[in-house]
Amino acid sequence: MIVKLLPRLRRSCTGSRLVIGLPMIWLFLLAAAPLLIVLNYSLAEMDVASVNSLWQWADQALTVKLNFSNYLFLSEDPLYFKTYLSSLKYAAITTLWCLLLGYPFAYFMARSPAHLRPLLLMLVMLPFWTSFLLRIYAWKTLLTGNGLVNNSLMALGLIDAPLHMMNTPFSLTIGMVYAYLPFMILPLYANLVKLDLSLLEAAADLGASPWKTFWLVTVPLSRRGIIAGSLLVFIPAVGEYVIPELLGGPDTLMIGRVLWDEFFSNNDWPMASAVTVVMILLILVPMALFNKYHDDTVGEKV
Amino acid sequence: MTVAKDVTVTEDLLRIEGLTKTYDGAVRAVDNVSLTVSKGEIFALLGSSGCGKSTLLRMLAGFETPTSGKIYLSGQDITDLPPYQRPINMMFQSYALFPHLNVWDNVAFGLRRDGMAKDELTERVESQLKLVQLTKFAKRKPHQLSGGQQQRVALARSLAKRPKLLLLDEPLGALDKKLRESTQFELVNIIEEVGVTCVMVTHDQEEAMTMASRIAVMSEGYFLQIGTPDEVYETPNSRLVADFIGNVNIFEGEVVEDEPDHVTIRCPECLHYVGHGITGTAGMEVGVALRPEKIQLSQAQPDKPHNWCAGVVTDIAYFGSHTTYHLKLDSGMVLKVQQANLRRNCDQDLTWGDRTFAHWRRDVMVVLTQ
Repeated sequence: MIVKLLPRLRRSCTGSRLVIGLPMIWLFLLAAAPLLIVLNYSLAEMDVASVNSLWQWADQALTVKLNFSNYLFLSEDPLYFKTYLSSLKYAAITTLWCLLLGYPFAYFMARSPAHLRPLLLMLVMLPFWTSFLLRIYAWKTLLTGNGLVNNSLMALGLIDAPLHMMNTPFSLTIGMVYAYLPFMILPLYANLVKLDLSLLEAAADLGASPWKTFWLVTVPLSRRGIIAGSLLVFIPAVGEYVIPELLGGPDTLMIGRVLWDEFFSNNDWPMASAVTVVMILLILVPMALFNKYHDDTVGEKV
Repeated sequence: MTVAKDVTVTEDLLRIEGLTKTYDGAVRAVDNVSLTVSKGEIFALLGSSGCGKSTLLRMLAGFETPTSGKIYLSGQDITDLPPYQRPINMMFQSYALFPHLNVWDNVAFGLRRDGMAKDELTERVESQLKLVQLTKFAKRKPHQLSGGQQQRVALARSLAKRPKLLLLDEPLGALDKKLRESTQFELVNIIEEVGVTCVMVTHDQEEAMTMASRIAVMSEGYFLQIGTPDEVYETPNSRLVADFIGNVNIFEGEVVEDEPDHVTIRCPECLHYVGHGITGTAGMEVGVALRPEKIQLSQAQPDKPHNWCAGVVTDIAYFGSHTTYHLKLDSGMVLKVQQANLRRNCDQDLTWGDRTFAHWRRDVMVVLTQ
């Protein structure tokens, strides 16, 4: 029996299976399992200070009690809907600005002399050497009433009274764009640096002006970089907590703050979990779309 | 008279005057080159890599700005025109097909930039695809085509706008040898059918010889010789050209007799009797170029005082259609001799180590003074 089984075992336990299997276990333990726990909580009920279990064993019967009241409450209270919408809006605005600023940045980095590129890449990544929290906090001192920006503008005589910039959509957007810009630039750069320059010459040769060449050749060929960068910015931006907390104000509702309140202030774990599950679904939709798109273009050498 | 003059002026499609390209103020990639290409010609720039032929082609396309000099196309100065305003199209060595567009859209790309009307555009693209026999592949993306098909798409795309001048950058460089030979003829047929003037760049002398009506041999940024393929092959003007085009044996010697109808040149290996006069004087140091296929081998010693030598066979290379022998002469020089294999299994008695005689006619040598 064992003699018969051994070769089969050996065949199924080849190196490739191990190589694929280990990350799969890793992914399950660190991504799927926590998600399932969150899903479990979101369907539970709050019992004074502790969370009731979904599963109950009594009278030789296993009762699974799914409580959808949290989700119902989510759909009934317009505040949640508004907050989700607002989160998506700020994430979208951030993504758009990152793309508008990051594309030219990545483009010129990719076109710069080869010996300068590592230096430029270094400059993009340099901010990561300082604490994220500190960098966001620094914007506070820049943008407050008597901060550096207002003082400079007033000294130059451009404005008479300090501008109100802190705790507005403006300060939030600046902070978000600032924090997420490198995540847009890096995938775009990686894509643009591979672009075959003879294609640009071919376009010029066939009568396309530099501007037309950019729109007809460079942009379509870098769409994967655009999509990758946009997802890298959009997804974390939707759930961002620190930046709205430090730079946002009363009118910059974001779901990260709601989550925090539900969890730490109201101590309502099931509600917080429900909020999270809906947020993940909101993010999964663009992800799934991207994956579908990605599959469509597989095999195309760019 | 004036009419005749006008005719010659309009026939010159491309005129280059003193074109120079300097990199970093020091390296002269193209050095004061002048050239005239007539309408309908296929002109080849031939040279080894780094000789400046690609830089010259890129200046014609507009991708490089000349340091000095002028380029005229049908009399119009186009030196400072950007590439997208020149009535010149190029077929790139890598083909540079747009990977995100299918064959049809690749061919239509240039026409759309001109804002061509839809009906005319459709008609033009279809006729181009028909020309290169790719109608069936119109909806394919470039990566779904073979190398030869990609090459034809590139050709169709560069011809679609009916350019005044077509530039070919190593047109067959990316194809394998067998495909290259058949494509050479196909390419020339298409170019001649369209009747476009063509400047091509190649490092392959065979490609240049079969395709071009005239060849410019380039080295270190300037032209060594410009002429028809047979001129360049049969009457090279320098040792460099003789050596670059085909195989050659070059004897170094001294003119001992200089008559209007013949010259005699003494070399360490033998005495050359050249059946035509040269512009030189007795005592001059010259080179005598002798092509391997113009030499005969014989077992018996030729009964003439000149144009023969004796040597030992050191190498035999059988190529099917011909055999190349390497003869080591008494002076130490190795003479390359090529014999056509006219019969099947021609049992050449020659083998390694045999001593044999090589002889040639008086009108097959070229006397080189440079």
